Amino acid sequence: MRSGCFFHFHPFLFFKDYYHKLNKCLININYIKCRRFKNLIQYMKTDLKNILIIVTGLLFLSLPTLAQDDTEIPANVIQNQKCFKCHGDKFYSFFNESQGKQVKERMNPYFVFDSATFYSSNHKSFICTDCHSSDYSNFPHDGNLRMEAKFLCMDCHGGDDTYAKFNFEGVDNEFHQSVHSSRHDESFTCWMCHNPHTYKISARNTENLTLTIAYDNAICLNCHADIDNYQMLTEKENPNVLETHDWLPNQKAHFANVRCIECHAQTNDSLLVAHLILPKDKAVKKCVQCHQSNSILMASLYKFQSLERRNKAGFFNASLMNDSYVIGANRNIYLNIISLVIFGFIIMGIAVHSVIRILKK
Amino acid sequence: MSERLYLYPVWVRLWHWTNAILCLLLIVSGVSLQYSNPEYPIIRFDIAVSMHNIAGILLTLSYFVFVIGNLTTSNGRYYKTQLNGLFESLKKQFIYYTIGIFTHAEKPYPVTKDRKFNPLQKVSYLAAMYFFLPLIFITGWGLLFPETNLTNVFGISGLHLTALLHGIIGFFISVFMFVHIYFCTIGTTTLSNFKSMFNGWH
Ligand code: HEC
Ligand code: HEC
Ligand code: HEC
Ligand code: HEC
Ligand code: HEC
Ligand code: HEC
Ligand code: HEC
Ligand code: HEM
Repeated sequence: MRSGCFFHFHPFLFFKDYYHKLNKCLININYIKCRRFKNLIQYMKTDLKNILIIVTGLLFLSLPTLAQDDTEIPANVIQNQKCFKCHGDKFYSFFNESQGKQVKERMNPYFVFDSATFYSSNHKSFICTDCHSSDYSNFPHDGNLRMEAKFLCMDCHGGDDTYAKFNFEGVDNEFHQSVHSSRHDESFTCWMCHNPHTYKISARNTENLTLTIAYDNAICLNCHADIDNYQMLTEKENPNVLETHDWLPNQKAHFANVRCIECHAQTNDSLLVAHLILPKDKAVKKCVQCHQSNSILMASLYKFQSLERRNKAGFFNASLMNDSYVIGANRNIYLNIISLVIFGFIIMGIAVHSVIRILKK
Repeated sequence: MSERLYLYPVWVRLWHWTNAILCLLLIVSGVSLQYSNPEYPIIRFDIAVSMHNIAGILLTLSYFVFVIGNLTTSNGRYYKTQLNGLFESLKKQFIYYTIGIFTHAEKPYPVTKDRKFNPLQKVSYLAAMYFFLPLIFITGWGLLFPETNLTNVFGISGLHLTALLHGIIGFFISVFMFVHIYFCTIGTTTLSNFKSMFNGWH
């Protein structure tokens, strides 16, 4: 808090923030007129001044004191607090100037976000106004702000080598061929599945596959099990996913151990998470596609783990490290060999025994 | 075998054949699931799943018929085993099966009214019925209701261990079945034991 009044940016996030802003502005210069470029220059001036203050400060302060500074609340948290004050709760209050008094009102529930989830999301280092107009700092918000065009993932991540491992271009390409993109207009964006205020990568660095599956499936169920969100996009009736999948035995176990995209998206070697959602008649329905040694799950759900752990796993199948057991897919090569050998001996023993019995009759 | 002994009462025969058919179905469907392969399906996967589940549930029921039957009727006495001298008697029977039988030696433990099984039979039936069968259906029910499994045993999923155990015991029971059927051909004639299991008379 202390430094919030003093510095625009927390010294340690200082350069990162510039990077974000510059990056965005440069990329979006043709896309939207970068309305915050002016602000940026303004910030740069103030912060240059602050740098000078820090440097002179360093001459007087010992290093340990500075190290303590590290534990301080990041600057974006302080900035965002202004927004979370209203957008973090069911109610908000403001000073109504024409009535001359403090008023408390209900917040639109769709506009309420949990700050803890935001600060653990991919974009946790952002200030709200990195993505939204800085004019939102004023309340009541200017009505015209509703018309602001929102950034898309590709505006920031497209062609950026920092994120090469995610292959954003590949994802974007698949997304545009998927049922969602092809059956709907531009308003069906990546944000529909990647909530801007909560999305956090899960499959890539999963510690607990069950949680990742639940996280990923919740993304789909957010529409496919929620009539309001679904009908925002289409007049169609929302088919009940529990009923349309009742052919799966122990459906609960399946939905908890396998992701929707395993059956609904075409796997692609260059992507960790397949994004090409196919029409329903192309979905995986044959049990053996998963339940066999050559399971499709090895190329999707267990892809990352089987790559990571294949070598380490040794005696057990790589996927033994997961909490699920996939009939037909989890085989143990050693046990298979041992059982074949034992069986061979038994059959041989029986054969020899019966031959001698016949001979000695 | 001059005297005829009535050794297999009706309930034993009914139980036994139900048990045998269920075990056969379970082995075939179980192998089909474990080695599921789209190119050479023994039984289509979803059919095999239903088959295996239904037969497994029925086997559990039939198992209790066996236990209760042996507790309440005199058939149970054939399974009573004395640990004293067990090893010696097993050895004797083993030598008979590997040597004596070919030299037409005397049976060390001929069937009598009070002794249906020779020591090897007794021990293998006890192991099959009171060790392997309970284990296979307990693990089987565990897989049917995965939420009842321990989630984690020393860092390895409990479900995995259950499945592993289930498969290994299934394998032992299959081995038992092969050996059992073969030994049943060692009767007065090759088929006489099978006839006994149908008409009850030894
Ligand atoms: C005093 C309370 C208050 C504060 C502070 C506040 N907002 Fe809002 N905000 C609202 C209310 C109420 C609405 C819904 C009504 C409206 O649009 O004016 C809203 C709506 C919005 C919307 C959605 C507009 C639309 O209709 O699509 C955005 C985006 C938004 N705020 C961003 C911000 C950001 C970013 C900040 C911080 C810089 C912020 N707000 C601070 C109360 C507040
Ligand atoms: C990574 C960019 C990004 C950041 C950071 C971000 N937003 Fe958003 N926000 C968006 C996008 C994109 C939308 C439009 C979502 C959509 O179209 O579904 C949005 C929509 C909103 C809405 C309208 C809700 C709705 O469902 O239409 C509000 C309110 C809002 N943001 C507030 C905030 C606040 C407050 C913060 C800071 C805590 C914040 N945003 C941070 C990208 C961002
Ligand atoms: C306004 C620019 C902007 C937009 C729009 C944006 N991102 Fe990002 N994104 C960033 C920046 C900058 C980072 C790095 C954040 C950091 O390191 O703290 C990031 C981080 C990420 C990461 C995490 C990388 C990691 O290694 O943890 C992922 C994944 C990601 N973004 C995906 C998306 C997706 C998907 C969308 C669209 C739904 C999107 N982003 C939209 C700028 C953006
Ligand atoms: C139909 C829903 C859906 C849409 C639309 C969607 N995604 Fe995803 N995306 C997912 C799911 C589910 C995941 C898996 C999340 C996880 O576990 O990390 C994911 C993961 C990702 C990841 C992380 C992959 C990795 O390698 O770790 C990136 C990057 C990404 N999406 C980008 C995009 C972009 C860009 C778009 C738009 C062009 C988009 N997504 C549209 C559902 C969607
Ligand atoms: C933002 C809402 C939304 C999300 C999130 C969403 N869907 Fe959809 N989905 C729809 C709508 C709406 C349709 C209907 C498309 C149509 O036919 O007009 C649809 C259609 C589908 C279809 C095609 C059904 C058919 O008739 O062929 C499949 C399959 C599907 N979604 C799977 C998924 C999966 C898998 C996910 C998660 C990765 C997901 N959806 C996430 C809204 C959503
Ligand atoms: C085991 C594979 C599998 C899984 C897992 C799966 N689906 Fe499906 N899904 C299918 C198949 C196959 C169909 C086509 C059913 C039919 O035509 O009878 C289908 C149909 C659908 C449809 C179209 C329903 C209709 O009748 O219009 C939607 C939407 C859908 N699934 C969404 C989901 C969602 C969301 C999840 C995750 C919670 C999911 N699916 C998980 C295989 C799967
Ligand atoms: C997308 C891959 C996938 C498909 C397709 C699929 N399964 Fe499964 N199935 C799984 C996974 C993963 C599990 C592991 C569940 C667990 O760990 O409990 C599983 C578990 C099971 C189980 C054990 C559930 C329990 O009670 O423990 C049965 C039985 C089963 N599947 C049958 C089927 C049948 C029959 C079909 C075809 C109609 C089918 N599965 C299709 C992935 C799949
Ligand atoms: C098709 C398969 C099978 C055939 C042809 C078969 C045949 C026979 C025959 C002929 C007997 C009578 C001989 C004797 O008393 O030793 C018998 C007894 C017995 N079998 Fe089987 N059997 C089969 C499967 C099984 C299985 C799967 C089990 C158990 C898992 C089993 C357990 C027993 C037991 C416990 C007895 C003794 C019953 C008693 O008299 O109390 N059998 N079997």
